[in-house]
Amino acid sequence: MIFNKQTFKGGVHPPEYKELAEHQAIEALPLPQQVIIPVQQHLGAPAEPIVNVGDEVKVGDKVCEAKGYVSVPSHASISGKVKAIEKRPHPVGGNVLSIIIESDGKDELSASIAPVPNYLAQDAAEMKKKIQAAGLAGMGGAAFPTHVKLSPPSDKPIDTFILNGAECEPFLTADHRLMLERPNEILEGVRIIMKILGCKTGYIAVEKNKPDAIALLQKLLDKSGDALKVVPLNVKYPQGAEKQLIKAITNRKVPAGGLPMDVGCLVHNVGTAKAIYDAISSNKPLYERVVTVTGKGIKHSKNLLVRIGTPFQNLIDFCGGITEDTIKIINGGPMMGIAQYTLEVPVTKGTSGILALTKAEAKLPEPEPCIRCARCVDACPMNLLPNTLARVIEYKRYDEAHQLGVLDCIECGSCAFVCPSKIRHIHFLKFGKLEVTKMLKSKAA
Amino acid sequence: MDIVLISSILGIGGLGLFFGASLAYASRKFAVEVDPKIEEIIAHLPNANCGACGFPGCSGYAEAVVKSGAKTNLCTPGGQSVADQVAEIMGVAPVAGGEKMVAVVQCRGDNENAPKRYHYAGITNCHAAQILMGGDKACVYGCLGLGTCVEACPFNAMKMGDNGLPIVIEDKCTACGLCVSACPRGIMKLIPVAQKIFIGCVSQDKGKAVKEVCKVGCTGCTLCANPKTTPSGSIRMKGNLPEIINVTADDLEKAVEKCPTKSFVVRN
Repeated sequence: MIFNKQTFKGGVHPPEYKELAEHQAIEALPLPQQVIIPVQQHLGAPAEPIVNVGDEVKVGDKVCEAKGYVSVPSHASISGKVKAIEKRPHPVGGNVLSIIIESDGKDELSASIAPVPNYLAQDAAEMKKKIQAAGLAGMGGAAFPTHVKLSPPSDKPIDTFILNGAECEPFLTADHRLMLERPNEILEGVRIIMKILGCKTGYIAVEKNKPDAIALLQKLLDKSGDALKVVPLNVKYPQGAEKQLIKAITNRKVPAGGLPMDVGCLVHNVGTAKAIYDAISSNKPLYERVVTVTGKGIKHSKNLLVRIGTPFQNLIDFCGGITEDTIKIINGGPMMGIAQYTLEVPVTKGTSGILALTKAEAKLPEPEPCIRCARCVDACPMNLLPNTLARVIEYKRYDEAHQLGVLDCIECGSCAFVCPSKIRHIHFLKFGKLEVTKMLKSKAA
Repeated sequence: MDIVLISSILGIGGLGLFFGASLAYASRKFAVEVDPKIEEIIAHLPNANCGACGFPGCSGYAEAVVKSGAKTNLCTPGGQSVADQVAEIMGVAPVAGGEKMVAVVQCRGDNENAPKRYHYAGITNCHAAQILMGGDKACVYGCLGLGTCVEACPFNAMKMGDNGLPIVIEDKCTACGLCVSACPRGIMKLIPVAQKIFIGCVSQDKGKAVKEVCKVGCTGCTLCANPKTTPSGSIRMKGNLPEIINVTADDLEKAVEKCPTKSFVVRN
């Protein structure tokens, strides 16, 4: 640990713009008239609708059931009537089967949501079942089902848990505000996770640009005497990526193609920890989350507590709308987020922010030929060669791309950010990952 | 001076002769036995290495014919004439090849008829566009117009039209089927050359949903499959799309006429 510089190789320093929303306390968004609950809000198999058009649902009622192990259910986020079950635009891609619920304005809670006395006494298997039933998927953005992450195979025990409060993506402040306003729930969530895993070492990773959160968490830990350590990390993107976080804190390197559990680590986002606490302590399913609505294109940047399924339009209207020169709305942050073509898309479990960029900010320069400066190679936190990869993928040499480790790309966007020729590496790499996966599948068949 | 000149000419020339002779000897001595039939078949194949036969390239196919008895009529680009020649080389009776086919574009949603829902600025490849929210075309079934099929064609039988849709140059098309597998949306299809009419739409949506995204998309109105339009039953509905069963029926023209969205395409 002495020689560990608490950092990782590569990375970039994009302007942060956190000041737009970091001092805005979390406000609850007024109930939407209608919510759109997509059956796919997580990685893995889509869930299956279990309600019919016309059914009455209450807040927290299950509306679609998990299909298989790597899948989670989703729940009604408002009380009302199921209006339709049809394909609707989804913020991460294409049209996805969704359950549309019209509000009755009563906001009645499902009977199953009630405080559980002595919840820490439940055994681990039961807790994991509850976590799946609550529809938990990673809330940092990737939305991987939480219960799967919490169930490592017996030959790969987890000895270190890391709570991810790095929030390295510029503009976003949802995790920061959550740490400031709900620190006790988050810490209780961490205790639950560590009990499930049976691990003794726990870290809370926060970037140094959130000194108030670091101080608050440290104060609470000093009082409670937990064996948890708050680790202030250097501000660098992508510090919040789990493999980079593990490297910075434990100096362990997740092998290529491996998972954090291969080095005995597990990483969860602060939002997920809070949701785990809710699920275990009161059977509350994941039907609301904190979303940062920010950017120079938004009149008043805010952090909002939003029901899952609320259309983007509602959030933006509540923040005073967009300015005239706004031309791009992004789901997520500027580095990894995905631009949207309609504001009818709903907030999903993985939506951490909505970002509005003005014309000047969103200008997309024409890509020019690569000048082999290798800045992307220096910036790549996964030790890949983004310039070479983009080239071999352009020429459809997918076997070569596979050999060069394209599947290890975490799509953080550092390469494209530093490129002086403005090459769109990430699109090539995303495309290449897809084609290589296809190639491997057809070879295996 | 002369000595230098002559000795170097002799020296280099001698070396050349020596290596030439040894190479000639080696090529005889260590020659790999190749069935002359394979060479002969390769000479008759189109050598586009399109893979339509199912073997790795033309030489792979020739080898398979000679060594493992693959069928003699598998070269689609070569057509009947190549099939006959291969059969002759192998000394077997010529087999009639399948029906002559041609590739068609089953989408009429050009830039004018089918609007885009966002401005795409990514790489020029339909598969790559598909991963960005399912493509920029508002119709999720329609042609993305980035020319991945054109790029896949080894016979230069395709080009991109000015309207954003690919065009098949039928004289050059050999029905190898590479464009069919290149298209992420299943818009390219091989149909018999004799079939003059096909449906220029693959949308599985119905009515209003189609109208919202395309002026010429098939709305699944079933008018063409109605016995009043096609009494011979040459068209039936498969899902929300008509399917032509009898491709040469006379009443197909009437279906073209009746189609309210003009979704049928008549080949010249």
